[in-house]
Amino acid sequence: MPLLENGHIVEDTWQTLTEEDPSPANPAAAVIVPFARYLAEREAWAAHEGPLGLAVKAGEDVEQLTAEDLSRVSLVALDFPKFNDGRAFSSARILRERLGFTGRIRATGEVLRDQLLFMQRCGFDSYLIPRADAEEAWAAALKELSVWYQPTADGRPWITALRTGRWERQEQAAE
Amino acid sequence: MYRYDEFDRTLVLERARQFRNQVARRQSGEITEDQFKPLRLMNGVYLQLHAYMLRINIPYGTLSSRQMRTLAHVARTYDKGYGHFTTRQNIQYNWPTLEEIPEILEVLAEAEMHGIQSSGNCIRNVTADQYGGVVAEEVEDPRVWSELVRQWSTLHPEFSFLPRKFKIAVTGSPSDRAAVKVHDIGLRAHKNAEGKIGFEIIVGGGLGRTPYIGKTIAEFMPAEHLLSYLEAILRVYNRYGRRDNKYKARIKILVDDIGIEEYRRQADEEWESLKDGALTVPQEEVERIRAYFAPPAYETLPARDSGYEAKLFEDAEFRAWAKVAITAHRQPGYAIVDISLKPIGGIPGDASADQMDALADLADEYSLSELRVAHEQNLVLPNVRQSDLYALWQKLKAHDLATANIGLISDVIACPGMDYCALATARSIPVAQRLSKHFASLEKQHDIGRLHVNISGCINACAHHHVGHIGILGVDKRGEEFYQITIGGRADEFAKLGDRVGPAVSYDRVIDAIDVIVNTYLKLRQPGEKFIATVERLGIGPFKEAFAEENLDAAA
Repeated sequence: MPLLENGHIVEDTWQTLTEEDPSPANPAAAVIVPFARYLAEREAWAAHEGPLGLAVKAGEDVEQLTAEDLSRVSLVALDFPKFNDGRAFSSARILRERLGFTGRIRATGEVLRDQLLFMQRCGFDSYLIPRADAEEAWAAALKELSVWYQPTADGRPWITALRTGRWERQEQAAE
Repeated sequence: MYRYDEFDRTLVLERARQFRNQVARRQSGEITEDQFKPLRLMNGVYLQLHAYMLRINIPYGTLSSRQMRTLAHVARTYDKGYGHFTTRQNIQYNWPTLEEIPEILEVLAEAEMHGIQSSGNCIRNVTADQYGGVVAEEVEDPRVWSELVRQWSTLHPEFSFLPRKFKIAVTGSPSDRAAVKVHDIGLRAHKNAEGKIGFEIIVGGGLGRTPYIGKTIAEFMPAEHLLSYLEAILRVYNRYGRRDNKYKARIKILVDDIGIEEYRRQADEEWESLKDGALTVPQEEVERIRAYFAPPAYETLPARDSGYEAKLFEDAEFRAWAKVAITAHRQPGYAIVDISLKPIGGIPGDASADQMDALADLADEYSLSELRVAHEQNLVLPNVRQSDLYALWQKLKAHDLATANIGLISDVIACPGMDYCALATARSIPVAQRLSKHFASLEKQHDIGRLHVNISGCINACAHHHVGHIGILGVDKRGEEFYQITIGGRADEFAKLGDRVGPAVSYDRVIDAIDVIVNTYLKLRQPGEKFIATVERLGIGPFKEAFAEENLDAAA
């Protein structure tokens, strides 16, 4: 299935483990571990040398991750069991805005083109999207809306900040 | 009135264009009907029994004469010459084609209107007291805050796929005309001892198959924290509201399951990280919005117009209309005028394109170009000089818009029912029509006095039957339409759910049943006592007895 990052289809270098799969023989492999399994085997995974990712199901609480966990993890995959199950939108924002997670947040499951903009706004930056024209779909979806009322951590200006001049002040302060 | 700036305008135009593209992709087969459904719903497009239905928001019920003309134009051009005003300050068109809908949305966008989130499992059109900014008793203008909430909730990236629909209502008056206690979230603006504005926030109210009166999660949330706290409440709901059963997915079920204290604890915990952040409402933004709602150019007039008072004395028909249609205005010499969309025997809430145009003209002539839409499915001219009332009334009469039944038994709130709706299990509109004809005598209606009748054609309770003084719920019993009748409900600041008076009655006997209830009231009331007060004083007992005596559940 195409993996979309930074607007392009890229090779998926991650290996996704199930609850039952043995731990990878190669300690340097990039693996995505089920969230519950990681929580149960925290100590063991602390020793893993390669990139570590977590697969979080809708309904699992990402705030169980400590700062230490997050320093170890470079990818969190949030699942959409159905496109209309919006729980992962909240999980992504909590990861970005409350827990300060700076690694990749990947959308998995039923990921639709018409949700990509919302996903990006909530903090996703990696999408497993079941369509060959993912790049074109992404480019088109991104152009559909240029203004937003809500502040999120995606770095887009929001309307109230633009109206009040707060956005320009913030930009100047950052420079 | 609020006017779009470049940002608001860009957003609705882009959204209309986006939907045009989604329709094209649906028609080319690129997306399935299942995948298209939430996209069309979030733009107000339903698939009904006979055709697509388009629901347009009238945010917090405010409408300019120009917007009303646009609604008339849409009714005439894309529908069969009429529109239907709903209990949620929306207008519905029952006959557009899917191909035409993107064009309709563009026409509406030009007039600063849209159907965004008028349906779907997202935050719906924000509703408010229809007398916002004009009613004498008001503490704070609900329109300012409704607009703020409208913007925050529009295309919210996190809350567009909630477990279920989510409705927010706002009031700023002691008398609650927005039914804030039966919404997912109700906001009541009030002032603290220091004169600072804040909100009582009520969560978990709702009707439908499991009705609840909402519970207060915050007594006084300072205004600057309103949006961040709403975000916290919504986040808890988005994460923990049930998604396994659509009938248990509303926030009311979650609030009931975990209790209001626990919900408050979770929301407060969530709020910790949101409070004082980017969602803090800047005072200058509140002032920017408030400036749009500054009082219009009122004339300085005497508090009572002698010409108007003379007409009240001279003309009994005018007096009867004025008695129910007029509410005290905060500006001396002005009046708020309710316009009944419930002509005797008509379809509650329907207005023809010609009537809409006539109302737009009347708003220009007599109401500083403004109209309102009330959740009772009536319209309002909010700024009429007392001295113009008689002339206005005569013109309203000419357009069949002066029925003197506001708040009376024939001012029925009814959902579309089985005549249009795919969910309905029984008809509502014909019941409303029969009831209205049965009580056609205005003299009789005025004698009965204030009495709200709400008729829903199914358990989803779109006509809020649980909170009607008399509530009628259509059910299907072995393929036949039956109606369960409750009394004693109310949707105001004393919100309460009605109680059943007896077994369900057949379609043929439903008017007899209402008659029994009304006659029992007339017999037992004390001088000047309203229906709801009699029910509250005596309880449901005497009504039940009268109901049982008549064997109303037997065949006619």
